[in-house]
Amino acid sequence: MSSSNPVIGVLALQGDVREHLVALAAADAIARPVRRAEELAEVDALVIPGGESTTMSKLALLFGVMDPLRERVAAGMPVYGTCAGMIMLADKILDGRDDQETVGGIDMTVRRNAFGRQNESFESGIDFAGLAGEPVQGVFIRAPWVEAVGAGVEVLAELPAADGPESRIVAVRQGNLLATSFHPELTGDHRVHEYFVRMVESA
Amino acid sequence: MSTTPITADQPQIGTARVKRGMAEQLKGGVIMDVVNAEQAKIAEDAGAVAVMALERVPADIRKDGGVARMSDPNMIEEIIAAVSIPVMAKSRIGHFVEAQVLQSLGVDYIDESEVLTPADEVNHSDKWAFTTPFVCGATNLGEALRRIAEGAAMIRSKGEAGTGNVVEAVRHLRQIKNEIAKLRGFDNNELYAAAKELRAPYELVKEVAELGKLPVVLFSAGGVATPADAALMRQLGAEGVFVGSGIFKSGDPAKRAAAIVKATTFFDDPKIIADASRNLGEAMVGINCDTLPETERYANRGW
Repeated sequence: MSSSNPVIGVLALQGDVREHLVALAAADAIARPVRRAEELAEVDALVIPGGESTTMSKLALLFGVMDPLRERVAAGMPVYGTCAGMIMLADKILDGRDDQETVGGIDMTVRRNAFGRQNESFESGIDFAGLAGEPVQGVFIRAPWVEAVGAGVEVLAELPAADGPESRIVAVRQGNLLATSFHPELTGDHRVHEYFVRMVESA
Repeated sequence: MSTTPITADQPQIGTARVKRGMAEQLKGGVIMDVVNAEQAKIAEDAGAVAVMALERVPADIRKDGGVARMSDPNMIEEIIAAVSIPVMAKSRIGHFVEAQVLQSLGVDYIDESEVLTPADEVNHSDKWAFTTPFVCGATNLGEALRRIAEGAAMIRSKGEAGTGNVVEAVRHLRQIKNEIAKLRGFDNNELYAAAKELRAPYELVKEVAELGKLPVVLFSAGGVATPADAALMRQLGAEGVFVGSGIFKSGDPAKRAAAIVKATTFFDDPKIIADASRNLGEAMVGINCDTLPETERYANRGW
């Protein structure tokens, strides 16, 4: 990677694209929307935003982005997924649609809408491994959680479960892939995006 | 206003950020009116980001007349059970008990909608009082900001529902966008008078002038019937579209729904919109808005 600012795409098929573009720019990346395979070929890294994962997955297949994306992931391109983006990066999903495909790449099982419907959506402070300072404010919207991870996956953040002693995994990293259940792009705190930009720069 | 914690360890539900953030996740998408579980599944299969559960689509409400109310809870629950995407449902304007019922059913968004017969001709519901977020219609910026002041977490331009005619949707979205653009050019002295003119709180007017957009997501609704209609609304600045009667009053709902989803994502690519527009079968039969009597214009409801 050269020393100039990395070019990071935001998958713009559907979802909160604008907020990620703003956060990436604030973290000193050159950010641009990506909807087509040609546009994907021109970026150093990608963010898969929050949104409706079933819609995103369908559009990625329809418009020929899914396979190129899988190839880039296999070739080591850094990708950060939030919420729906986390689902897209999961090798296995639960409570998805039967025909729902993911990009995959992170050896984890993610349960869709695990924290409940919108009335159960919440925000909460989170200790995020590797980020100094105040806890990160996690905004969870019909959010997924990580139900199981493989040996190569580093857990970066957990939330205590509301209904039991065990906690829920809400942020993970495996190699160049990063995923969070929550939406740092909605808070104005750009530390998680800065963390990702550093991942991209050292990839 | 609802408060947002800074260092809370205690999870907080129903904050403004959680409510508005939900709408952010719907952006670039299509929200489709459905009247039963079967239609809801067709909508989800087609790539809808959410469905709006209601008893009759607006075109049928127009045809049948009478008082249009919140849907049967059984029907809403069946739709919630049938799909994995978010489910919205409509309450009458000012009918906060219908809204309480919808919240208790676990819908993901409440549409305080002019398509139903208003229950209060002066007051809209106090939307801050709810955990469930609200979307409301607006024909101009002042109306949008009054709804946001009452707690709406998402705005849709009203258009004229159930007509299959996009002309009013265009009028209302242009109106909102033009008024926002005008505010951008105002200096601080002028914003007070602008707030008075808009009949909206000064703080919100100032926020819009600074952001150059509403502080919540803006969708378009009321009259979208074709992929090109949806793309038109996106090019005019809508962040997504609601499609009511346009899908299930057409000849081939599944195909048309999928086509509108494609055109909404690739709204600036005429080749994709052209492909999406091929062989869709009959569009819904439209209504000329000029011939609609004032009393049958839903957009006039709400204040």
